[in-house]
Amino acid sequence: MSKKRKKIYLDFSATTPVDKRVLRKMIPFFSKKFGNTASSHSFGRQAKEVLEECRKKMAEILGAKKEEIFFTSSATESNNTVLKGVAFAFKNKGDHIVISSIEHSSVRNPAFWLEKFGFKITQLPVDKYGMVHPKTLLEMITKRTILVSIIHASNEIGTIQPISELGKICKKKRVLFHTDASQSFGKISFKIKDLNVDFLTASSHKMYGPKGSALLYKREGIEIESLLHGGGHEMGFRASTVNLPAIVGFTEAAQICQDEIEEESKRLINLRDKLIKRVLKEIPRSYLTGHPKKRLPNHASFYFEGVEGEALVVDLDLKGFAVSTGSACISRKLEPSKVLIALGLKPEKAHGSLRVSLGRETKEKDIDDFLKALKESIKRLRRISGFKL
Amino acid sequence: MKEENIYSKKVLEYFRNPKNLGTIKNPDGEGKAGNIICGDLMWFHIKIGKNKKGEDIIEDIKFGTYGCAAAIASSSAVSQIAKGKTIKEALSLKKEDVIKILGELPPYKTHCILLALDALSEAIYDYLSRKELSIPVELQKRHQRIQKEKEIIKEKFGR
Repeated sequence: MSKKRKKIYLDFSATTPVDKRVLRKMIPFFSKKFGNTASSHSFGRQAKEVLEECRKKMAEILGAKKEEIFFTSSATESNNTVLKGVAFAFKNKGDHIVISSIEHSSVRNPAFWLEKFGFKITQLPVDKYGMVHPKTLLEMITKRTILVSIIHASNEIGTIQPISELGKICKKKRVLFHTDASQSFGKISFKIKDLNVDFLTASSHKMYGPKGSALLYKREGIEIESLLHGGGHEMGFRASTVNLPAIVGFTEAAQICQDEIEEESKRLINLRDKLIKRVLKEIPRSYLTGHPKKRLPNHASFYFEGVEGEALVVDLDLKGFAVSTGSACISRKLEPSKVLIALGLKPEKAHGSLRVSLGRETKEKDIDDFLKALKESIKRLRRISGFKL
Repeated sequence: MKEENIYSKKVLEYFRNPKNLGTIKNPDGEGKAGNIICGDLMWFHIKIGKNKKGEDIIEDIKFGTYGCAAAIASSSAVSQIAKGKTIKEALSLKKEDVIKILGELPPYKTHCILLALDALSEAIYDYLSRKELSIPVELQKRHQRIQKEKEIIKEKFGR
């Protein structure tokens, strides 16, 4: 147990390390160029200038106007802002909000919190690959619907939604449309206009930027309520002293992702498909979750019969591999992942779930080593559980 | 997916190298228990012998667990404590007795220990019924509760 092993991180969907190039860009903004963007002296003006450059660059990357980009502290904050901000701004127009049944908790929980204020929430069902069907959305939208929020790419099963088509429906029905692109921004190429969205959430720490930074794209002309009230930061929409080092880092991280996306996603898809193919072939009674093709380049997720996911994660951790699970045993409430249940998986299947997410540092050898460890762990845990093949 | 598990080194050692794993051929008693919320399952096989005083003791014990690291560690620890104990002693084992050798578990994981103790009591119940020996009222009640829970698990988890 005390033997020192090289640790292999395969949980890039949880968070990523900050890229060294990003960190280098950030450093001057901690102690040297530390000004408050709201101050009118030279320190403040310098900071404000950098902030607006970041906003401009982000707008370019997303294909948006700079007035449409608002920096926030986290994807959770961006999602909360949209859900609550739209609900309270449009409560006279309607009281119905549609989300998918595989949303991240930072969309699902604020949505259900709004029930306290009389809003009604519909969860869209998904197919066995976790895909939302445009036709289903069309059926669910009523005259009272004010907002639809659907995750771009699933953090748990990697499935990429047909956001553009779903957006078209919302446009036609004159309903506001939000997508949480925390997992997809920087990993798959897109521009705002291709997605037909009114709001989009993107996160820094999922794409080799620092934690504590995210953004909300809000289409020009749409006024919603603020989440944070205070000073006049972010064009009066989001009060809080601006976290400039984190924003500088986020912007640089986004630029690097954009520059490298083609090559990097090709490389990751290769590794991902190799991993998926070998797991399904070499481990009996193993299954893929999520869509086999329309999925994040770096994301593979499975379930294994006769193995409990938390034990598997702990066993792999002892061997130096960091991965994650949606098993009931990892949650304090002992509930299986709602996303896996939404796919139609029985709780006992979700019990054996495993997510492996690759990143910039992942090499082919890591996949080979991981597969070897995974096979050993599953064999051992199946011996303990008395699972007969 | 975010909740973090913090296990002590001791617990991890039990998880990595569980003792008394497997089955006993022709056991004197078999018992199984499950958690109705998470669906974890544990079972014990026991072989009964006699001590010098002529009392029934658990001479050998084997276990199997379909569950998390804490569940596996707990069943191993319970099997190690129970081995050599008289039936009466084994039935009176408490969570605290297990924590003494296993060390603390995260609070939301302590139910794993109770589950292991339940599975052990089921094996003892099975032994007493096979031998048509008298079954303490408390054990009868415990058996009824565990049976009910197993029915719920079967319905909910299909196992």
